[in-house]
Amino acid sequence: MMQQPIVIDDRKSDLSKEVLLHSAQDSSLCFQCGKCTAGCPVAFAMDLTPNQIMRMVQLGLIDDVLNSQTIRLCAYCSTCSVRCPRNIAVADVMDSLRIMAAERNIPGTDRSRKVNIFNQAFLDTLNMFGRSHEVLAMLLFNLRSYQPFHNAKLGLKMFNNGKIKLKPDRVKAVNEVKEIFQRINRLRKGA
Amino acid sequence: MQRIGVFICWCGSNIGGVVDVPAVAREAAKFHGVVYSAEYKYMCSEPGQEMIVSAIKEHRLTGVVVASCSPALHEITFRKNIARAGLNPYMLEMANIREQCSWVHQHEPEKATKKAIDLVRRAVAKAGKLEPLFESTIPVTKKALIIGGGIAGIQAALDIADAGNEVVIIEREPTIGGKMVLLDKTFPTLDCSACISTPKMVSAAQHPNIKIYTYAEVEEVKGYIGNFSVVVKQKARSVNSKCTGCGTCWAKCPTKNIPNEFDLGMSMRKAIYIPFPQAVPNRPVIDRERCRQFVKGKCGVCKKFCPTDAIDYEQGDEFVTENVGAILVATGYDLIDWAKIYGEYGYGKYPDVITGLHFERMVNASGPTGGKIVRPSDGEQPKTVVFVKCVGSRDEAKAREYCSRACCMYTAKHAHQVLEKIPGSQVVIFYIDVRCAGKAYEEFYLKTLHEGAIYTRGRVSKIYPEGNRLIVKGADTLLGRPVEVVADMVVLATAMIPAEGSADVARTVGFTVDKDGFFQEAHPKLRPVETNTGGVFLAGACQGPKDIPDTVAQASGAAAKIIGLLSHSEIAGEPTIARVNEAMCSGCLACREICPYRAIEPKEIVERLPGKQVTRVVASVNSGLCQGCGACTVACRPGALNLKGFTNEQLLSEVDALCL
Repeated sequence: MMQQPIVIDDRKSDLSKEVLLHSAQDSSLCFQCGKCTAGCPVAFAMDLTPNQIMRMVQLGLIDDVLNSQTIRLCAYCSTCSVRCPRNIAVADVMDSLRIMAAERNIPGTDRSRKVNIFNQAFLDTLNMFGRSHEVLAMLLFNLRSYQPFHNAKLGLKMFNNGKIKLKPDRVKAVNEVKEIFQRINRLRKGA
Repeated sequence: MQRIGVFICWCGSNIGGVVDVPAVAREAAKFHGVVYSAEYKYMCSEPGQEMIVSAIKEHRLTGVVVASCSPALHEITFRKNIARAGLNPYMLEMANIREQCSWVHQHEPEKATKKAIDLVRRAVAKAGKLEPLFESTIPVTKKALIIGGGIAGIQAALDIADAGNEVVIIEREPTIGGKMVLLDKTFPTLDCSACISTPKMVSAAQHPNIKIYTYAEVEEVKGYIGNFSVVVKQKARSVNSKCTGCGTCWAKCPTKNIPNEFDLGMSMRKAIYIPFPQAVPNRPVIDRERCRQFVKGKCGVCKKFCPTDAIDYEQGDEFVTENVGAILVATGYDLIDWAKIYGEYGYGKYPDVITGLHFERMVNASGPTGGKIVRPSDGEQPKTVVFVKCVGSRDEAKAREYCSRACCMYTAKHAHQVLEKIPGSQVVIFYIDVRCAGKAYEEFYLKTLHEGAIYTRGRVSKIYPEGNRLIVKGADTLLGRPVEVVADMVVLATAMIPAEGSADVARTVGFTVDKDGFFQEAHPKLRPVETNTGGVFLAGACQGPKDIPDTVAQASGAAAKIIGLLSHSEIAGEPTIARVNEAMCSGCLACREICPYRAIEPKEIVERLPGKQVTRVVASVNSGLCQGCGACTVACRPGALNLKGFTNEQLLSEVDALCL
């Protein structure tokens, strides 16, 4: 895997700057000690380790970074951020990379693709009701990931036990929440 | 008949906790020649010492054995102690029953006790053969000679001279200043190198106690600590002392376009020149291999225009003898000739592959480009600059095994300067490790990271041209991927090696070098500025790769040692040196060959045989030079040489005591 040479030429990448803009984190400060990776509870499932992501941001390897599973599998637990000796909030960098991937409509692969779909389904219910709605979110996730009966039994059991409700809770100012979403969309298009 | 007293120390529980000390003392009392034997908790303490003093007086002891710790720790203590009781201080023999017994045999107390008894028996046997020894005194010439006028030599000269001693500096180049004056800014504070070193050069030149020989070399060193006699070769400068440094000669000289060594060949000079405008002394020198007057026999332009008649074509090399008490060697470093070694970096064929020192000259405002960073090939400003660290360092296969210590920091500084001076530039640094051990060094490195230098962990394997640019092939071992950089210029951080000719200096002065050719210090930790030769000291990169702060610190350290030496009008000579029994010496002088301190000289003696007088040659030991190593005693076939305090007879009696 990954034997292609990294080419550094005059086409300077702005990846590092873009990450700085999104997350207020300066990835050039990283000196690759690897403590983020060492403490990451999700690292076992990642295709690239967190310190490799940081290194790739430094080198401007935007495609490798935005297509990685790592940025989507990150649980934002922030263990890395708390322990980083260079005071970089690595989890914030991961979060920014997720947003950057979404902006570029990069769907991700395998599990990370599903994480993406789940996130979107969750946000959609938030947009609709101003508060999350588990049943609809799961339904959307199942349909969009082509697995309509995924976890259906568990869902039924939870429903019977009164853990989830069919009827969504709405907040009073649902329109104001919608306005937030619209505003973000406008900003993105404007930018 | 010797009357020996034995004193066994418990050293608290250090010895007493393992060895049965009272049993050792009881056994010792039975040994031949022992008239008194005692033990005590701490023999080195005040009551312990008093015990020895009163025993010497009471029992009229002629020799003392102390069985305690290593003689390295307390031999001097006990020598002084027995001297207080009126004994010759060298009538002491120690048995080390701590480091060599109780500490290493903690789990076998019975065997340890037996061994302690053996060690004491050995010491008693030797004590029976001891002879009183007397220290000689050596007069000290209150003057120091410094070889090398770089920052180490200058700093030490100022320190020694400020303490009121005379100092002579010998510098082989036409100016003092060494490598430091070539540099631009210096890490980590970025203060300008010339601004902090040229004032020191001037102070040295103006100091009433300092005499400077430039364009000079050390021809011969004779003598020993306190009394060296050094012959200095003053190479013909062709310019005499009437010169005022007005500069007319080098302005008028018609022989141009000679690569200026000071700018590493990146600028041109005349045949009569000063290396750089702030040179000290500000007196030119004629390059006789290129000057028309010398090559073709006619020209004389400089002589004609010189307003003070200072040009002297007839001047020859002069030899001056300086008598000094101490010698400081500060000959510095050179950079390894990478072009001869690294074919993969182009064997020096690509003009845009340069060394860190070239970069320093280039980025220096008074350098050949006026401080502009440009490609040597076409004078264009580079956009992407690659730095390769450890070129020749940490490479046992091709060059040197050691780390050159200063490169990580100066490369960080170079990277900072590229990013500062060339907007939009890109810097890639290939490294194996980033080693920034120094005050404010790590902070400087992190600042460079923050400025955007791309540090890439991996070694460069190949540099080759493509169009008018260079492709640098390395690796990113953190990602496990190859890296290719399209670069405009490559700067190699080449290894520091001992300065050219330093082996000759070591041979002339007479001290040892290490496996890499750096000068060997007497002890890596505890005697870092001394050599094994008495009165010869070291400072700066000649002892090992070093940056400026470490060099200056070491120079002041060496200066303190020299000031200490010169503060005495005479010093005590060690009495434990070799002695020749002239009656037995056959005059073969095998000892002279083997002596590492050149302390043995032939001497003619007159012998009276029945009926006639015979003159013959025997070996003679110079008590100032002899360091008591004993090598000569082994080489001596007739057994005429003996090391005082360790005579053959004494050693054999020890062996007998242990083995018979």
